[in-house]
Parts: sequence; structure tokens; C-alpha cells
Amino acid sequence: MKALVIGCGRVGSSIAVQLQSEGWDVVVVDENEDALSRLGDHWPGAFLVGHGIDTDLLREAGIEEADAVIASTDGDNTNIVIGEVAQKRFDVKCVVVRVLDPARAEFYAARGMRTVCPTQTAIDSLAQIVRAEAPGVRATA
Amino acid sequence: MYVVVAGGGKVGANVARSLLRLGHEVTLIEQRRDRFDRLEDEFEHQVQRGDATELFVLEHAGLARPPDIVLALTGDDEDNMVICQLAKEKYGAPKVIARVNDPRNQAHFDLLGISPTVCATSSIMALVEHEVPEHDLIHLLELRKENLEIVEVQIDRDSPSAGKRVEGLDLPEGARLISVMREGKAEIAVGSTMLEPGDQVLAILEPGKEDELRRVLLRH
Repeated sequence: MKALVIGCGRVGSSIAVQLQSEGWDVVVVDENEDALSRLGDHWPGAFLVGHGIDTDLLREAGIEEADAVIASTDGDNTNIVIGEVAQKRFDVKCVVVRVLDPARAEFYAARGMRTVCPTQTAIDSLAQIVRAEAPGVRATA
Repeated sequence: MYVVVAGGGKVGANVARSLLRLGHEVTLIEQRRDRFDRLEDEFEHQVQRGDATELFVLEHAGLARPPDIVLALTGDDEDNMVICQLAKEKYGAPKVIARVNDPRNQAHFDLLGISPTVCATSSIMALVEHEVPEHDLIHLLELRKENLEIVEVQIDRDSPSAGKRVEGLDLPEGARLISVMREGKAEIAVGSTMLEPGDQVLAILEPGKEDELRRVLLRH
């Protein structure tokens, strides 16, 4: 199984390392070559430097044979466009896109994009803890 | 007419100014503090500060009315694509126009159905191809929706295709010859058409196949 991870920050690098250890063939793309150091001392997979919406680069990274694409750059809109291109142009089966803004995450999820919104997850978890541990307060909703 | 202009750089600010002079109602959105401060002196309440890909910023600019047209003119192509998608699909803006900064991203705008688009680089390059006479492949027409273009090529005495039939040419996939103009008379190009020096050939091709076509028709 082949995965493309675009954006090698904390999230992207961790996913790449995990998938690779589970036997996936992983190609990582980042604009900054220093990001390679996040993948540890002996990254056995491929690492390409460039912008994630560059079609030539995506082809070079093997998007045409990819089973999964994970868009995890630090730009919501860049991730969204990568997701659209991976889904609509290259017909990748599993496309997951990180979107920090809950409003945009919801909009694109409703259009059929698989979005993950860490901000919304944090909001939900924090609120849940407060509700559980402050028993005197009742939810009004 | 109510127009929302996203991006207050040189392009956005000049467009907003021109629209205001024509008597239209305009809201300009600019994210950068330093730019916004300068724009505010001129545009006052008609400029708002914020990220035009954030829904609350767009709503504050009146996207829910919706505007008659939304212009996505920021210097970032991904932002322009998202602005157009939100404007059209979330708020029902009837028309959008997007600026393409990097011509390589044109395909993405097309893929997402964002049209019309304006790309300064592509416009200049198209003019260069038309204006520079020694350029051997002239762009006549771009069929953007179909992702095809029509070009004209002149066959010379030393062109590798001179003296060959169309069916004998190793044309790249995604390129076909349409017609051959010889001594003022045009003829549809078929397999048995013989190419001769001096022929003006029209070809239809997918953008990006120019070099391959040039190699087959013109270069040894």
C-alpha cells in the first residue's frame, strides 16, 4: 500500500513514520528540506521538496499509484486544494485533509471531502471534560 | 451592483477604486495590517480587515446578501480557489472572477470549475507568442473548457515533416492536424495529405504538447 503525506510538520511526520512502520510505502513532500529531520535519522521512504499543489511534483511522488493521500501542511486552503486535486484529478480512494478552521472543515466535509479538524476535536474534548468535572453546571442545550 | 473584492494588493485596490468610480458598491477585504492601514485612509468603511477565506469575514463583508459578483484577487492561488468555492456554493454568489498567480495552477482552477480566471503571466506569454515573428508555433485559440488549444505551424524546407504524409508522422497522443493551407487554399488534413515546405498547418492539441508537436513537425 502506498501513501503520500504532504506537509511534514508534527502531524505529517508522525503519520508518515507510523504508516511506514506498519509496512506502507510512504512518500513525504514538504516545501522545506529541513523537515526531513522530523522523520528520524534513517528515513527509509522517499522525501521530496516542493509545493504540494504542484502537479508535476505530485506525479513524481507517485500520486497516480497512491492508495492514500494525507494533506497536512500548515495551510488550510493548500490542504483543501491538494484534497480536491487528489480526489478529482487523480481519483485517489482515500484522501484525508487537515483543516484547522472548523467552519471550512464543515463546509468541505458536507461537499464530500474527508476533513479532520483538530480545533473542533479540541473544543469538543475540552467542553466534555468541563461538563464531566463540573457537576454543578447543567448544559442548557 | 454590489461587488466584494478579496485581496487589497495592487490588483485588488486598483479594481476596487475603478469600480467605486463607476458608482458601484464595493467591499474590499485585506488581511495584512500594514496594507489595511494604508487602504483605510483611502477606502474608509469600504475596506475590511480579515482573512477572506474565513466564513465570518466573508459574512461581515455581506456575502450572504449575496453580492452580484465576487472577485478573488489575492496573491495566493489556493486562497482564491477557496474564496470562489465558498462564494458560489455556500453563499450563492451568481458570478466570480479569480486571479491566477502561478499559471501552473490554471488546471486546478479549471478542475474546480472556477471560471473566468485571469492570469497576467499567461496573457503576456500568449502575446509574446503572437508578437515574436521567429517563434515557430503560434497560439491561435485556447479552448479552456475543453482543455485544448489550436496552433499554427509553418513547414519549412528542412522540417522533418516536409515531404511526409500525415499518417506517416509520429504525432504525440493528444495532438491532431486540422488543416493545411497551401498557396492561399485550405484543405482538411487527412491521413494521405502530403506536407510540403511553405504549408501553414493548423493543429489542435492538449496544452503542454507543444514541444512534442514541434519536434515532429519542425525539428530534426
